[in-house]
Amino acid sequence: MKIHEYQAKQVLARYGVPVPAGEVATTPAEVRAIAEKLGKRVVVKSQVHVGGRGKAGGIKLADTPDEAEAVASRILGMDIKGLTVEKVLVEEALNIAREYYLGITLDRGAQRNVLMVSAAGGVDIEEVAAETPEKIARVLIDPALGLRDYQIRDACYAAGLDREAIAGAGKFLKALYQTYIDMDCSLAEINPLVLTAEGTLIAADGKINIDDNAMYRHADLADLAEEGQDNPLEAEAHRRGLQYVYLGGDIGIIGNGAGLVMGTLDEVKDAGGTPANFLDIGGGAKAEVVASALELVLMDPNVKGVLFNIFGGITRGDEVARGIIAGSARLNIQVPIVVRLTGTNEAEGRALLAQTTLVPAETMQEAAAKIVELARAA
Amino acid sequence: MSVLINKDSRVLVQGITGREGEFHTRQMRAYGTQVVAGVTPGKGGQAVDTVPVFDTVAQAVKATGANVSVIFVPPRFAPDACLEAADAGVDLAVCITEGIPINDMVAVVAHIRTTQTRLLGGNCPGLITPGECKVGIMPGNIVIPGPVGLVARSGTLTYEIVSRLTREGLGQTTCVGIGGDPVPGQRFIDVLPLFEADPHTKVVVMIGEIGGTDEEDAAEYIRTMTKPVVAFISGRTAPPGKRMGHAGAIVSGGKGTAQAKVEALTAVGVPVPISSREVPALVRERLG
Repeated sequence: MKIHEYQAKQVLARYGVPVPAGEVATTPAEVRAIAEKLGKRVVVKSQVHVGGRGKAGGIKLADTPDEAEAVASRILGMDIKGLTVEKVLVEEALNIAREYYLGITLDRGAQRNVLMVSAAGGVDIEEVAAETPEKIARVLIDPALGLRDYQIRDACYAAGLDREAIAGAGKFLKALYQTYIDMDCSLAEINPLVLTAEGTLIAADGKINIDDNAMYRHADLADLAEEGQDNPLEAEAHRRGLQYVYLGGDIGIIGNGAGLVMGTLDEVKDAGGTPANFLDIGGGAKAEVVASALELVLMDPNVKGVLFNIFGGITRGDEVARGIIAGSARLNIQVPIVVRLTGTNEAEGRALLAQTTLVPAETMQEAAAKIVELARAA
Repeated sequence: MSVLINKDSRVLVQGITGREGEFHTRQMRAYGTQVVAGVTPGKGGQAVDTVPVFDTVAQAVKATGANVSVIFVPPRFAPDACLEAADAGVDLAVCITEGIPINDMVAVVAHIRTTQTRLLGGNCPGLITPGECKVGIMPGNIVIPGPVGLVARSGTLTYEIVSRLTREGLGQTTCVGIGGDPVPGQRFIDVLPLFEADPHTKVVVMIGEIGGTDEEDAAEYIRTMTKPVVAFISGRTAPPGKRMGHAGAIVSGGKGTAQAKVEALTAVGVPVPISSREVPALVRERLG
């Protein structure tokens, strides 16, 4: 789960990380009031869950409250990589001398969390990682021992941080690690950590992603989870407890098991279609789950056809067919639906489907070809 | 012959009195698996489908000589269950539970790697040695004994491919589901050497998906293997930055793309077909 910069900064501040003075606003008038209260040069920052906000014009400096209001009226409502800006963070502008990168994430290959420090902060760290990986110092963290002081020194010296920053950076890294562990993060970043012209260190930007699997330990963040969904259909899926990803095409895909659904997306694409979504309904295919899944997929106005791909496994094929028939019967469906099911009693399942308007298919490839053809004709 | 489990495996079920635990205990026994014990704290002395229930794994192992444990407990209790199984000294702990927090698994996997226990999962379907033993939730009716070793990150896609192999008469030594989590107990590089060493496995099928670099790491190992490998990668058309169901199935920071995996595998001579239906023919060619 992603949270906004201003929320990440609130979290980091709780762990003792200095952040710029500022507040979040949703209207230009509010922005003006905050700028007046701060009484100095401010920066107005769009709050959307994508990188490259600066390049897109979503971060602007303003010398006066008038200017802040004007800048905010351009940023609020702006579209950045398909996301509409609904909130801005208004903060005191910093006198930046140097910018560093501090981050912690999972190193899947090593199966451990990794601390990353770089003197090349303020830019997209993924670009740095791709082009000049030697500029990022990396230290693996033993989960039983935690992040040790010597590891922090190792990373800061290896990254070539300026001497005046090294002593202070340790406090930020310890707080970042504590945040990462306590908040069950999959990513915690301070980028940039700014060394100001006055010689102080301050977190000018923060990013925190929280492991969805750990949300049960953070009931207080449930509201953020909803807000963390950028797409309204994904937000609705979250409410329904369905594993749904919006993909933007016109063929709805519903299946059981992530690998099988991914494989189905690939087959539909190979058959010349464009998947509208990924949707994994998990084991079995109970009528109420099918109905809920189908209803969700059809909320997407672009969907011209739906493909079910269910591997029965221990659940019998005829039971799956009954679930799909009962589930779809609850809705008024205007688009073609192809159903491919396998497993025990699959022939009986297909026979049941043949008595309805649902179109049975034997293989995944046949099903993909059929739905692409039917959606095109529709 | 087989890897990890066979007809002599003595299986205990952690969470045996839960809905899933009880259902799959019956399924495993129906397949012929020797389920010798169950564990649910506080329910020691009861029985599930005639299997005796104990309060702790240590008691169950001591009383029954169980050497494999399968874990069906909710995510918040599963890390502890894995550690308990390892502490009781089972050879193999199979964690079916989906949704365990990643940082919990970082700690659990790091610890269990220092013990004699091998952890499979979490978020995995388990494993099956056709005709001998099944541990976990894989359907027993789609496998037959034969010379193909299979290791996979996904569940249902694996069933799809296994049932095709079976339909074409290509049986399996053991099918191992390593699961879809970002920090799994067993990775491809942990399981491939078992098939390499198993005299009855002649060809290995590896089913990967987007996310992480386990397939690339496996390619490095496959270079040194004497046995041929056929691979399949799902998620070729998935967009970056989106988690595709499995917690581990995400392309992030340019890492974990299907393309990089296909390239790494192809470079070491592993065929990676576009469609899963081509897998059986490629396996047959390599069986000679």
